[in-house]
Amino acid sequence: MTDGDMTSADTPRIAIIGAGPAGIRAAETLVEAGLRVTLIDEAALPGGQIYRQPPPTLRRPAKALYGFEAGKAEALHSSFARLRSAIDYRPETLVWGARDNRLLLSSRAGNTEIAFDKLILATGAMDRIAPVAGWTQPGVYSLGGAQVVLKHQACLIGKRPIFAGTGPLLYLIAWQYLRAGSRPAAVLDTGSFAGQLRALPRLARQPRTLLKGLYFTAALRAKGIPVLYSALPARIDARDDNLVLTYTRNGRSHEIAGDAVALGSGLKPETQLAEILGCAFDFHSPSRSYLPRCDRMGRSSLATTYIAGDTGGIRGADAAEAGGALAALAVLEDLGRSVPEVRKRQLLTHMRRAEIFRSGLELAFAYPAPAIAGLADDTVLCRCENVTIGDLRAAIPQWNITEMNRLKAITRCGMGRCQGRVCGSAAMEVLASETHAPIESVGRLRGQIPLKPVVGSNFETKAAS
Amino acid sequence: MTDIVQYDVCIIGGGLVGCSAALHLTRAGQSVVLVERDSVGAHASGVNFGGVRRHGRNALELPLSLRSLDIWRNMAALVGNDCEFMPCGHLKVARNEAEMSVLEQWRGFGAQHGIDVELHNGAKLRQRFPWLSAQIYGASFCPGDGHANPRLAAPAFALRARAEGAVIIEGDGADVIEDAQGGFEVTLMSGKRLRASVLVNAAGAWGRTIAARYGDDAPVNAVAPQMFVSEPVPYFIDAVLGMVCGGLYLRQIPRGNVIFGGGRGTLSPDQRSSWPSDRVFAETVGLAGEIIPQLRNLAIIRSWTGVEGNCDDGLPVVGSSPRRQGLYHAFGFSGHGFQMAPAVGAVLSELITRGATPTDISALSPQRFADAKSGLVMAESEI
Amino acid sequence: MYSPRFHRIAETDRPKIVLTVDGRPVDAADGDTLLTVLMRHDGWVRDSEFDGQRRAGFCAMGACQDCWLTLADGQRLRACTTVARTGMAIVRKPATHD
Repeated sequence: MTDGDMTSADTPRIAIIGAGPAGIRAAETLVEAGLRVTLIDEAALPGGQIYRQPPPTLRRPAKALYGFEAGKAEALHSSFARLRSAIDYRPETLVWGARDNRLLLSSRAGNTEIAFDKLILATGAMDRIAPVAGWTQPGVYSLGGAQVVLKHQACLIGKRPIFAGTGPLLYLIAWQYLRAGSRPAAVLDTGSFAGQLRALPRLARQPRTLLKGLYFTAALRAKGIPVLYSALPARIDARDDNLVLTYTRNGRSHEIAGDAVALGSGLKPETQLAEILGCAFDFHSPSRSYLPRCDRMGRSSLATTYIAGDTGGIRGADAAEAGGALAALAVLEDLGRSVPEVRKRQLLTHMRRAEIFRSGLELAFAYPAPAIAGLADDTVLCRCENVTIGDLRAAIPQWNITEMNRLKAITRCGMGRCQGRVCGSAAMEVLASETHAPIESVGRLRGQIPLKPVVGSNFETKAAS
Repeated sequence: MTDIVQYDVCIIGGGLVGCSAALHLTRAGQSVVLVERDSVGAHASGVNFGGVRRHGRNALELPLSLRSLDIWRNMAALVGNDCEFMPCGHLKVARNEAEMSVLEQWRGFGAQHGIDVELHNGAKLRQRFPWLSAQIYGASFCPGDGHANPRLAAPAFALRARAEGAVIIEGDGADVIEDAQGGFEVTLMSGKRLRASVLVNAAGAWGRTIAARYGDDAPVNAVAPQMFVSEPVPYFIDAVLGMVCGGLYLRQIPRGNVIFGGGRGTLSPDQRSSWPSDRVFAETVGLAGEIIPQLRNLAIIRSWTGVEGNCDDGLPVVGSSPRRQGLYHAFGFSGHGFQMAPAVGAVLSELITRGATPTDISALSPQRFADAKSGLVMAESEI
Repeated sequence: MYSPRFHRIAETDRPKIVLTVDGRPVDAADGDTLLTVLMRHDGWVRDSEFDGQRRAGFCAMGACQDCWLTLADGQRLRACTTVARTGMAIVRKPATHD
């Protein structure tokens, strides 16, 4: 193990986790300042989820892959190409644990570790899910998953998919499917139209993004695709050649048939690594979730660790690029280097605008907490361990459970392969509603190593080398 | 000052020992308060391996262990939940002749206490336990032992005790313990004060500090055994596995997850918390794949540690204080307290309410460290 | 009878690769993930350990861990993040442990 105190000011070891917009802009900023960085990413190619690149054998133009964002995607990819030889880039590498100033890495070649003096977490986000009875069956994907299948594999999850949930991605991805030759059966938003109207003044802070959202909705409607607000999904059943989604709207039950379902209620940060490292978290009321504490530059509660992009809260890809650069500037400041003050101010201004826009999104597309409280007992909540909402509802009073980790210990909810990534938000809502407690009081699932499953035989490679 | 509540017994520590004591003492008619800094079963009791074995124990512990197995067998009747106790038997494996002779020797200890074990080697071993590596020389199998879910046990005892009248305080640890007229006064972190005639020190890894307050030193130090769990696979490991001289202990639950431990994680400087070591991770996962080759490709989904009190002589500290009337100790279970804890609670209740217990725990007495002559008796029969 | 499928919309001129699924040869295109291979073949990835119901992944981005599968040589892989290679043998119904 290498001692962090032995850092030479000239050669600080800087690691960045995640090669999406935040991670690449952070790396670029540090390389421009003459520093060497290690950029670790689980994917085979850089870009993150939003600017994800398909395998090299797929060769569609950027316009087809990224639509309106093609310019940004190409800019980010070419920035990375320029950086490539100046950085220690480690694709297809999982950070499965961390402690103090060490990162534990797992790749096909085996397991290794690296030491760092400064660490930027740009681990991004995944879909935030509100479960529905029947959502574990084949043909049901997360919204982000539906998009990955399209961008990364040039496939559709269905020719008549139902898009259900809430958030800007709901409309974007439905529209992308429409453009790709699919005919969405419907777009069902759990949010209300009135809620989206209320959020308009804040959303107007990013007029281009707002207009795109309106455009997607209009384009879907123009093709006759039903776009419904206040539609709460209740269950998904396979019937004849279809998946039938039952939802309630204005107190009445309706059905819609399609050949696939995409579910998503916004995004949630991938914060497990911040958690393992011991970063402080605070409750963030608009998103009803705990987020790593950080200042406007991205400094976490730990002197070694910085938070960039969606890891610190969902602000989107543009803010992630700005946040990545800002976190890198924070690292430079803390290393005693000079930073370009004008650029820093511009980035901070950008982030302030993004922050207001984000609060607008949270208002317009709230996580559907009341819908979860109303789900039937047979709804599977934890996919990994097959734990139903009914199991939780029975265990909570029986065992006098008031806290998330006790809920996990007793019921196994959140104890499986994904460690509660998928069910955590919904499980918090169930515990809060069953105990009539404020959501923040139920706490959050603790992250544990390995952050994702690691295969036992991978450790043998290390022993042999 | 006006609202100090008086109890017969105050138990410090909401591990399985404390929770079992709370239930047994309540049933014996005592007014009981249990004080837990975090939540019941949050530390070693809730995160240990979950082994329920007599097999291979130090013979000095066997009377307690035997009594506890009876409680495990009737757990559902006692606390309303079987805590997933599964008496599939315990298999201790030997990698060579020398280790096999240790197993043969223990068979003698076991027989004296009425425990019959089966020794297997060669073709017979492989036929009975086909999932074992061909490298294993031989093994001793103890039917009737098994495993249970540690996440359920302490909460189940605590719930039962509370339902029968015990006061269980969670999230508020004992801050100051002082003598008071006719017993003890305990001030909690919150400032709340309690009085009790009898104090039970069931504070696990932190029990030594409380004992030392009354001059009862015991060489108990904190350690952090490290555990692992794999993704679920079809059930095939039909015995709890241990190794002569340790290194790996492993069980599979019928849901399919393989749970195993070996090695120790890292303690925080204040010894209040601990975390897994990646080196232990590599060693233990590797060893599991050597002993049971089918585990080589399994994905490990979680690793964790818990802080336990390890006594230098490998035996727990159970009994009345040699120096302070009304003080009882039950801590330092050295990583194998889960099986015995239910009986420890019963024995404490007998000691407190009747002044004696039919279970021979003389070798576990705190007196053994007060008596300079005895020194440390190394636990030779512990394998 | 409902049967989910991925539908290819482009990139159809890639080199062909061949792997096996439960012993039967299956064609795929170079660059397909194992999830895509299975969802184009017969629409499922694995059985749930707990209720025996079929699963076919969910997040498709390596987060939900719902698409781990086994190759004939015992390797455990996540279908959505593993690119298929010629010769891979996916086994969804493993022989019961004896």
